[in-house]
Amino acid sequence: MYLSQARATDPSRDVAARTPGGSPPPGGTARARVPATVVALGLVSLVTDASAEMVTAILPMYLMYGLGVGYLQLGALDGLHTGATALFRIGGGYAADRFGRSKAVATSGYALSALTKLLFPAVGSAPAVGALVAADRVGKGIRTAPRDALITAAVPEGDLGRAFGVHRAMDTCGALLGPLIAFAVLLAVPGGYDTAFLVSFCLAAAGVVAIVAFVRRGPAPAPRERGPGLRGCLASLRSPALRRCTLSAALLGLLTVGDMSFYVGLQHRLDVPAQALPLLPIGTALVFMTAAVPVGVLADRLGRWPLFLGGHLSAFAAYVFLWLAPFTGWAGTAVVLCLYGLFYAATDGVLMAYVAPLVPAAARTTGLAVVQTAQSLARAGGALAFGAVAALGGLGTAFGVFGCTFLAVIAAATLIHRPGKDS
Amino acid sequence: MNAIRTASATALIVALLGSAAVTVAWRGAAADTGTGELRLGAPDTLVVVDAKGHRVRQTTRDGKELATGPECRRAAVAAGTLVCLQGLPGPFSSEVRVYRSGKAEPEVTLPVWGNPSRARVSPSGRLVAWTVFRSGDSYAASGQFSTTAGIYDLRNGSHYGSLEDFAVFVDGERTQPEDMNFWGITFAGDDRTFYATMAANGRTHLVRGDLSTRELKALRANVECPSLSPDEQRIAYKKKVGDHWQLHVLDLGTGADTPLAAPAGVDDQAAWLDNSTVAYGRADHGKPFVYTVPADGSGEPVKLVEGSSPTVTTGVR
Repeated sequence: MYLSQARATDPSRDVAARTPGGSPPPGGTARARVPATVVALGLVSLVTDASAEMVTAILPMYLMYGLGVGYLQLGALDGLHTGATALFRIGGGYAADRFGRSKAVATSGYALSALTKLLFPAVGSAPAVGALVAADRVGKGIRTAPRDALITAAVPEGDLGRAFGVHRAMDTCGALLGPLIAFAVLLAVPGGYDTAFLVSFCLAAAGVVAIVAFVRRGPAPAPRERGPGLRGCLASLRSPALRRCTLSAALLGLLTVGDMSFYVGLQHRLDVPAQALPLLPIGTALVFMTAAVPVGVLADRLGRWPLFLGGHLSAFAAYVFLWLAPFTGWAGTAVVLCLYGLFYAATDGVLMAYVAPLVPAAARTTGLAVVQTAQSLARAGGALAFGAVAALGGLGTAFGVFGCTFLAVIAAATLIHRPGKDS
Repeated sequence: MNAIRTASATALIVALLGSAAVTVAWRGAAADTGTGELRLGAPDTLVVVDAKGHRVRQTTRDGKELATGPECRRAAVAAGTLVCLQGLPGPFSSEVRVYRSGKAEPEVTLPVWGNPSRARVSPSGRLVAWTVFRSGDSYAASGQFSTTAGIYDLRNGSHYGSLEDFAVFVDGERTQPEDMNFWGITFAGDDRTFYATMAANGRTHLVRGDLSTRELKALRANVECPSLSPDEQRIAYKKKVGDHWQLHVLDLGTGADTPLAAPAGVDDQAAWLDNSTVAYGRADHGKPFVYTVPADGSGEPVKLVEGSSPTVTTGVR
């Protein structure tokens, strides 16, 4: 019965679209606008990401010089960062669907992360800091899929690409600002880690206030009606289109070189001074931020799946460039970073915009979480695989191998999954 | 109702961000920025880095406050020369600053890429060494770090930016491992010989270096952060035992290796306060402290002062 209210027409989205002050009616001139809810969620992500990246930037220094922790333990903490998200992402998605409370689940994720910022200065040992980092990441895991479901619910289907583009651009902007704020605070207050954590908390708390006050609740379930149970949820995710799309995304993820390997590879292959290494991700983020909206709009026009595959072609081009290194130095770096930024712009939000309409509304958050998790786990695997190949055959060869295989997988993904007529 | 909600939420957000800005301004104004008056020429005083404001503090050997100096993350002193490694705003960016007796401004400033990790001055005060590391950042791979150790000669301005440029000999053979890291330089009195840690192929080695020939010779495995005794007969270092470090003293003449009474897990380059006492930094309940321990393996550690990066002044020669 839950499935009956799903599929392409999706009444819940119309409910959101009709609410006063909210989304514009679907179609027509309103296409150029982005609903207030999406902008609000973008702002929430902006301040939250700034807050999180502040902590990422200062945590190693805080541990070493504030607490006197050695740097081998830092590595262990770093692993926690990435590990804690995957599991809770699906859990958060399922909870949001089960109780029909995307906003509440997302808010609790934001609140949990905000709270950890307040506790950092209070705890005094590496394991406790590790636990807090894990709690922060759990918060991130919980909130991601419900937030994307809220975006989906607030936007007419035809504008999803643009909406996700706007959100991801704001999100990336926050990630760029975070380290700058952190270092500005430490410059103003030498050794002022507790001050930096306080600023980080204030930003995160502002994000929580913003989501509570300015973000419209997602599709409300009928009174006393609960979302599908686990079995129902899984059943509604069993559509061939979704399965094949997830499989394709995961396959492509497996061929994705990890960020660190990518930047180190770039630095080696293109003869960039090692000092520039920390600047390379900033270059990518700038391209990502700038291109997210235009690419999203383009995805709405030309189809999101082709754009998603095209984004991987962009990564493929970057790998081949690093393999052959036709020209080096800053010009080559600019080319590769543009390609890599476009890859992110065309694969992150665009995938969500493509997947959301494929999933029945009642199981949407779980569906988004499953696809995100499959993609990110596959990308983690890809990073490991690249490391192994690079250790065996050198960086240039590894980029060559990954580039060529990538092209084959993009072709395979095109065959595995062909989108239906609705996108 | 909606307007009230919007207005109050906006007010709350403005209040949160405003209080953050005010706190930064207030704390920034309160932070002491005056320069201290260290007496680097005074013999046998302790120099540490303060835990709170990261400033160099000079105390007596038993911990009585004497003076406060420049801001540093890691410092070392000998023969009237103070080397100070200061982290700069910006990812992985630091400066090596060298102060000589009686001067409030650094005599030498060198930019380095990495977070401050180790610092040393040669017994003559003419050579300074540093180690910086890069890791734990979102740009670095999980669990990996790389270090750079360099030396600067104050006599003639020679700058040995990284020990990676030196020729390495293991078991008498010239080797060129793909992935080498160096850290923890310590100097002998001839201003030419030094010791350091080399990590290559997953192992750590004690290496002896020669500045004039630019050669490094591996002497012994599993030695990290060496520290040469004033009589140059022994090396205090941290040894990996199982999954933790234990401070040891190695007799260079006999090869005898003695564990010190310091607790397990000390991650520091120890410093000799005299020929029978070793000092090191260790966190206790979330705060860094300087401890001393007898160099012959006997006795108990003694907690000296709050702070890290201890070394002892030796007077100007």
